[in-house]
Amino acid sequence: MRVTKVLLALLLTLWVGSAVAAEKEMKVGFIYVSPVGDAGYSYSHDVGRQAVAKMPGVTTSYVEAVPEGPDSERVMQNMARKDFDIIFATSFGYMDSMVKVAKQFPKTVFLHCSGFKMAENMGNYFGRIYQARYLSGIVAGAMTKSNTIGYVAAFPIPEVIRGINAFTLGVRSVNPKATVRVVWTKTWYDPATEKEAGKSLLDVGADVIAQHQDSPGPQEAAEEKGVYSVGYNTDMAKFAPKAHLTAPVWNWGVYYTKVVDAVRKGTWKPEAAWPGMVDGIVDLAPFGPMVPKELQDKVNAEKAKIIAGQQKIFVGPIKDQSGAVKVAAGVLMTDPELLGFTWFVEGVIGNTQ
Amino acid sequence: MLPMRIVKRQEPLGFGGSFFVIFSALVVSLLLSAFLLFLGGTPPVRGMSVLFQGAFGSRWALEDSVLKAIPIFLCSLGVAVAFRLKIWNIGAEGQFALGAIGATWIALSFPAWPKHFLLPAMIVMAMVGGGLWGLIPALLRQRLKTNEIIVTLMMNYIAILLLDYLVYGVWKDPRSFGFPMTPMFSEQAIVGKIGSTSINWGLAHCLILGLVVWVFFRFTRVGFEIKASGDNVRAARYAGLPYDRLVVLVMVLSGALAGWAGFLEASATVNRLQPSIMVGYGYTAIVVAWLARLHPASIGVAAILLAGLRVGVESLQLDLQVPSAFGGIIEGLILLTVLAGGLFTHYRFAWRRKI
Repeated sequence: MRVTKVLLALLLTLWVGSAVAAEKEMKVGFIYVSPVGDAGYSYSHDVGRQAVAKMPGVTTSYVEAVPEGPDSERVMQNMARKDFDIIFATSFGYMDSMVKVAKQFPKTVFLHCSGFKMAENMGNYFGRIYQARYLSGIVAGAMTKSNTIGYVAAFPIPEVIRGINAFTLGVRSVNPKATVRVVWTKTWYDPATEKEAGKSLLDVGADVIAQHQDSPGPQEAAEEKGVYSVGYNTDMAKFAPKAHLTAPVWNWGVYYTKVVDAVRKGTWKPEAAWPGMVDGIVDLAPFGPMVPKELQDKVNAEKAKIIAGQQKIFVGPIKDQSGAVKVAAGVLMTDPELLGFTWFVEGVIGNTQ
Repeated sequence: MLPMRIVKRQEPLGFGGSFFVIFSALVVSLLLSAFLLFLGGTPPVRGMSVLFQGAFGSRWALEDSVLKAIPIFLCSLGVAVAFRLKIWNIGAEGQFALGAIGATWIALSFPAWPKHFLLPAMIVMAMVGGGLWGLIPALLRQRLKTNEIIVTLMMNYIAILLLDYLVYGVWKDPRSFGFPMTPMFSEQAIVGKIGSTSINWGLAHCLILGLVVWVFFRFTRVGFEIKASGDNVRAARYAGLPYDRLVVLVMVLSGALAGWAGFLEASATVNRLQPSIMVGYGYTAIVVAWLARLHPASIGVAAILLAGLRVGVESLQLDLQVPSAFGGIIEGLILLTVLAGGLFTHYRFAWRRKI
């Protein structure tokens, strides 16, 4: 009896051991649109990559500052030829290139961030950052004195428009008189342009500056003028210690490690993943010291509601800029509607062109 | 006192000498780059070999480099035409954009036309667009005595904004979820690939156009007039050469060639128009034109070299995690050393004798 047990245990260890040994070294590649030193979007993805790199039996690499379009196609092909098992492309403009390359390399798993196309071996993913944007809007709405909030926006695409709308809904939930003025820089990473855009908003009386780009330029503009700011992507407090109220931040590692695990176990299937605050992929950066305790409590209470699924943000009645009701009372906007947002909610000053 | 002095050569260096100078300049710049890699903590020999493997070391890499060299070559050929007359066209970027816009306009308006009819129409429209963008600064220069460097540079921004306006507005694909891009071109509007390679037929366009430009400068009267006027404007005017008309001509030709590049990029590589089509080929073209001393064949070599550098740096990033900015550094070093090396074609060092 005892011998059997020992033998069984031995067999079990052997089996587990061989299974572990059979797990080959996984190679995971990342493609970033800006340099990882941007302190913003690409940096946040790279923090996620580092979480993947810490997994046993996984090596990672990345290529930064890859222009969207034909160049990204080449980088993906290059990765696939070098036997990368999973490729994450982290900007919208990589989508069509990735669809093309995914067809050429059916054994590689492709994942595209912030797009909408899929294939046999390609999925897409993004996070519900608008939930954190809504919360940061509450902070901005409560802290503004001039009732004018500036928003330095990147490109007039649904992702950015959705963020502005969620932010504005947050602002107006505590301060119905406040408006959000939008300027477009048409850049993802151009510190000088983005800082200038922030300054132009200060000149029209904004006393809180929010942003969408990857550089902390707008934060610096607010710090210099002595007003408040809301960051994005990562905790930008070190660039504007006196201005930085909070920031919607990414925690990509949560998702990346999960995907790598699923691919290794063979359970991965192409899907359009859109995890939210409840999954931990998006969050709010720590509050600055100027944010009063009561406001912090209020925001944290809203956060708890979002996590519990009680606050879904894009629930009617929602009016557009002209004041017309676009979403009827009690109606929840669907995900496809959110992914195709092309209009601003009431309270936004600016246009979506 | 320096132990040597600089003396003008009686005759500029011949072909062999020039080649040697450029080659040594390249070697020096690559040695400097390797040293920078070393300072950054990357093994320099391995780094340089990865760079060259990534650029030219395999069939894929070579194809990628040639593919990327195509638009650079055409833009560069264009600016070289203007530079021959010492007209400083910095506007290839904008002319490229206008070419892409012109070609897209035809592709979207008449998607059902047969290929042998649609593609030439796209090319013509691309040349008209690019040529027009070259014509405006030329006319402004003539009529208002504006500086073409400033005007062509500023018109780049106008062109990019025009492109943005179109793809964010009237040409936006209704099925793109609001993202800025035109619909895909129809099959007839796409320049295909050569055989089983990833290189498109744009390569053939490059060879033909390069040859045409060479013949134009070598054998035609107008070509000769441009070269002569470029060498000495006052002498040319004195000899009765139509300098002002030549300025207009080179600017239009220059723009048309960059426009052709825009057509190829939109049709063959991206298959649609979108803002990310603008990646600065028009500026790289200026570097290439200078490296090649404005000669069409050398422009071909320099274009492939710089394109390969860009492609190779990606491998360098992927394998050794060297920052992407390194590519720009090497490019700058090459330009600097080659231009500095240019000193030796007209001058030489003479050792001072000890007294």
